[in-house]
Order: sequence, then structure tokens, then C-alpha cells
Amino acid sequence: MKVDWNVFWPKLADATGQTVYMVLVTLLLSSALGLVLGLLLYATRKGNLLQNRAVFSLLNLLINLVRPVPFIIAIVAMAPLTRAVTGSMIGTEAAIFPMVVVATFGVARIVENNLVAVEPGVIEAARAMGAGPVRIILTVLVPEALGPLILGLTFILVALIDFSAVAGTVGGGGVGNLAMTYGYLRFDTSVMVVTVAVLIGLVQIAQLTGNLLARKVLRR
Amino acid sequence: MIEFAEVTKEYGDFRALDRVSLTVPDGGIFGVIGHSGAGKSTLLRLVNQLERPTSGSVRLNGVELTGLSERRLRAHRREIGMVFQQFNLFKSRTVLGNVAYPLKLAGLSRATVRQRALEALEFVGLAEYATRHPEQLSGGQRQRVGIARALATSPKLLLSDEATSALDPETTLEVLDLFRRINAELGVTIVLITHEMDVLRRICDRVAVLDGGRLVETGEAYQVFARPQHPTTASFVHSVLPDRPAGAALERLRGRHTGRLLTVPFTHDGDLGRGLSRLLREHRLDFALVHGGISEVGQLPLGSITLELHGEERDLTAFLAVWEGTEVMAA
Repeated sequence: MKVDWNVFWPKLADATGQTVYMVLVTLLLSSALGLVLGLLLYATRKGNLLQNRAVFSLLNLLINLVRPVPFIIAIVAMAPLTRAVTGSMIGTEAAIFPMVVVATFGVARIVENNLVAVEPGVIEAARAMGAGPVRIILTVLVPEALGPLILGLTFILVALIDFSAVAGTVGGGGVGNLAMTYGYLRFDTSVMVVTVAVLIGLVQIAQLTGNLLARKVLRR
Repeated sequence: MIEFAEVTKEYGDFRALDRVSLTVPDGGIFGVIGHSGAGKSTLLRLVNQLERPTSGSVRLNGVELTGLSERRLRAHRREIGMVFQQFNLFKSRTVLGNVAYPLKLAGLSRATVRQRALEALEFVGLAEYATRHPEQLSGGQRQRVGIARALATSPKLLLSDEATSALDPETTLEVLDLFRRINAELGVTIVLITHEMDVLRRICDRVAVLDGGRLVETGEAYQVFARPQHPTTASFVHSVLPDRPAGAALERLRGRHTGRLLTVPFTHDGDLGRGLSRLLREHRLDFALVHGGISEVGQLPLGSITLELHGEERDLTAFLAVWEGTEVMAA
């Protein structure tokens, strides 16, 4: 059975809206949480501003435990927790929760990696001027690493579009859901092509925006 | 005044500083020289306690720094400017933003921050570059921004960590001139570390020599240059001042000049060769200049000249009998 395009286009528009919503909410939440975690991870590392072995080891272990789990497994494994937090196991909100959890740890690692790349001399200069650790983190480290951080977040954003499609397959709504129900389950190649095109378009827009922002910050 | 007393700093098994005692008086330009790994960088960082000593005492204007809390130290660091070999400017900020940073830390009003940052840039001659970013400047300009940033809060003490080592010779001279102005016009005491003897020779009035974490020599710059007591000091001095020829240079000299060679040191407190000239004339001796030169240390002449003497053997012997205080090398 072929799709009725008059019905399908509005559905696709809705689904695209859902995907954008899921991805942006997740990006916002996971960036905020991931930034805090990443800063903490960086600052507590040996020899850094707030050196603390216990905190560093715990965070590091946690990140290393969460990151290798394939997202589709993570969704299923987290389902009870998702229901406890969002009250449901299906739908857009229910998809956002595991996405935020997984993305937060990804962001944390990206933040840490980029902060490590900031020249130690710049931090030493700020210390020599009498700046305290929190001040240095907020007024030196983050601004100095901002360009690469934006590129890192863009990477996460693109991954989130991918995640949202995966979430769609387990009832999360969005373009991924549409691709599965109309394209895959009904063997409708044209629907598949259209949904894939939408996903590619979203990724392009995300990457382009990220690149522009990073270029503006890096002034090149 | 900075007083180091029996300061030792260890990193694991490595002893970077070994019982160093040293006093840096106010008002001058104090230079610390040493090869890489000699401990000079550590010594400098003890003054603003970016490094804490393993043992010993560091006092600044009578205040013991080693026991101060991190919070007290921050206030203390705001009174000390520091400049770095790699400039360490904030790339995310404009030139003005860099110079304004320590003023913001001091909690000044926006208007005051801007005004004083511009004044500091004016002093280093970069006011018109205020809105540029560091990567748009040359190395020398970047260092001048670094210096403006260090001076913005009007500290009485400036620490320089190899500030000229990443600069070309011409730019180095500009920065050294700037240091001299800072010292003379603003009355700022400067402590600099370097591995370049030329830097010491040009601007320092007192120097200290570190070798393997130990202080091997310290004193008034001219005296240390003119009469180095330690082999390390002597080798540094020879890197910028012509001295008695030795080794391969002496061999080559011998190949060209078979006569008696005489090395005459020139110091500003000596007679700069006038006595020698008279004596040579009295003994009917002639000479050729074969080696050496005279340079300036702290704006005073210092150096040595090696002569090849010509004349009757009898006159030569008589001359050498009365000529004192210089080295005569065996012919």
C-alpha cells in the first residue's frame, strides 16, 4: 500500500517539528549539565585548579561507563528510570530523558578535552594576577576554549539528530518514527527517501550553524 | 625587598632549588641567570608563590609568604606584575580586554578599568591597538601588551620570566628599553630571569647566577662581569665579552702570531690602557692587536684586548718585570 501524500506531508511537518523539539531541548539540557560535569572533571584532574582525586575518579568512571553503551540499548535499559522521571515510557518527553542522560556524558567529555587544550600559560597568567579558581574557569578557561567547544557541541547536536531517530523507533515520535512506521514497516521506498532527506537536511543546518558560530568566535 | 632564606624546592626526587639564600633590594633591576633547569623559573615563581617552597622562607617587604592562605596570596599577587616568555595573552579578549583583566579583578569601576587600561597601553605605545586581538600583533607588540597588562594595577614589583627569549634581537632591545623606562620612570623594581647574558649586561644592576639549583654567585652586575668567581659565571660572561683567548681560538691565534701575547683587561675602574701605552713606549716596544674587544655592562666599559708584542728580547723582559696585574701567556 502506497502512502497518501496529502496525508503524509502534514505528518512529516509535525514529525520534523517533534524532532527539532527533542533535539533542541536535549541539547540545551545536556549542554548545561555536561558543561558543569566537564568543568568539574577538568578542574579536579591532578595538577589542576581544584585537584581532587576522589571526585575526578568517580566522574571519569561514570562517563566511561555510560559512553560505550549503544543508544538503543541505553533507551531500553533506562526505561524504568525514564518512567519514574517522566511518568511514561513512550512519546517525545520519554525519549528526551535518555537522550539527555547519554548526551550529558558526551558533552562532559568534549568539554574536558577542549579545556585540556587551553594553554597552561594563560591559566598561570590569570593566577599570577590574583584570580581564584572559579573565576579562572569562568573568565579564562571557557572563553579561551569557546571555539572548539562550539564545534564539539555541534558534533553532539548532529549525534542527537541521530539519537532522535533511534528514539523514534521505540515510540519517541519524530522523523525517525515516521521513517519506521511508514517507510520501513510498509516497504515504501519513497517515504524512506523523503525522511532520510529531511534528516540529512537537519544535520546540514546544524553543522552549518555550528561552523558559522565557531568561526565567528575564532575569528577565522 | 625580597628575601629568600635557605629555600629548597623539590619536585619528587628532583631538587630544583637547593638552600638558596638571596636578597633583592628595592628599586633596581635584578637579573637571575642560569642554564635551563638551573631553577631560575622556580625561584621567580616563589616571589608570587605560584610555587610553594619545600622548605625555607620567602619574605616580601618583611611579610613571610610561605604560610599565607590561598586567599591572602591572591591579594598579594595583585600587587605584583608578571610577564612571560610566551606572552600568555588571552586570545578570547581584545588588547584592551587583556590589559583590563587585572583591573577588573581588583574590583574597579568600569570607567576606571577602561581609563587605566588605556593609560597602561599608552605607556607601552600601543593605545591605538586597543581593539585589536592578540593574534593580529607581532611578537614584540604582544609582549608589550603583556607588559601593559602586568603594569595596569601599578604594582611596585614586576617579575619577568624570560620575557625576551621568544623575540628577535631588535625587538629584544625595544623590550629591554621599556623595562629600563618602567624602572626609572615608574620606580618599579624588576626581577627578571634569563638565560641570555646579553640581557643582564644591558639592563641589570644586580645579578645572581644559578647552577643546578644552587646560587653560585651574586652581586653588583659590573663586579660579577668583571671578576667572575665561579666557572659557570665565567662561561656566561665569556658568551658576551671577549676574554683571554683559549682552546681552539688560541691555537688559531698561535698559528698566525708567533710573538709574545699579552691580554689586558679593561675595566672602568682601571686606567683603560693608558699606563700600558706609556710603559710600552718607555721600553721601545711595538704591538699588534690580535684579539678581544670592549663592550658595555650597565653602561660602563668592560672587556679585554690581547696584544702581540714586538721588540728586543731584553726590552720585553724588562717590560714584563714591571707590568703587573695582567695575564701574560707563555710564548
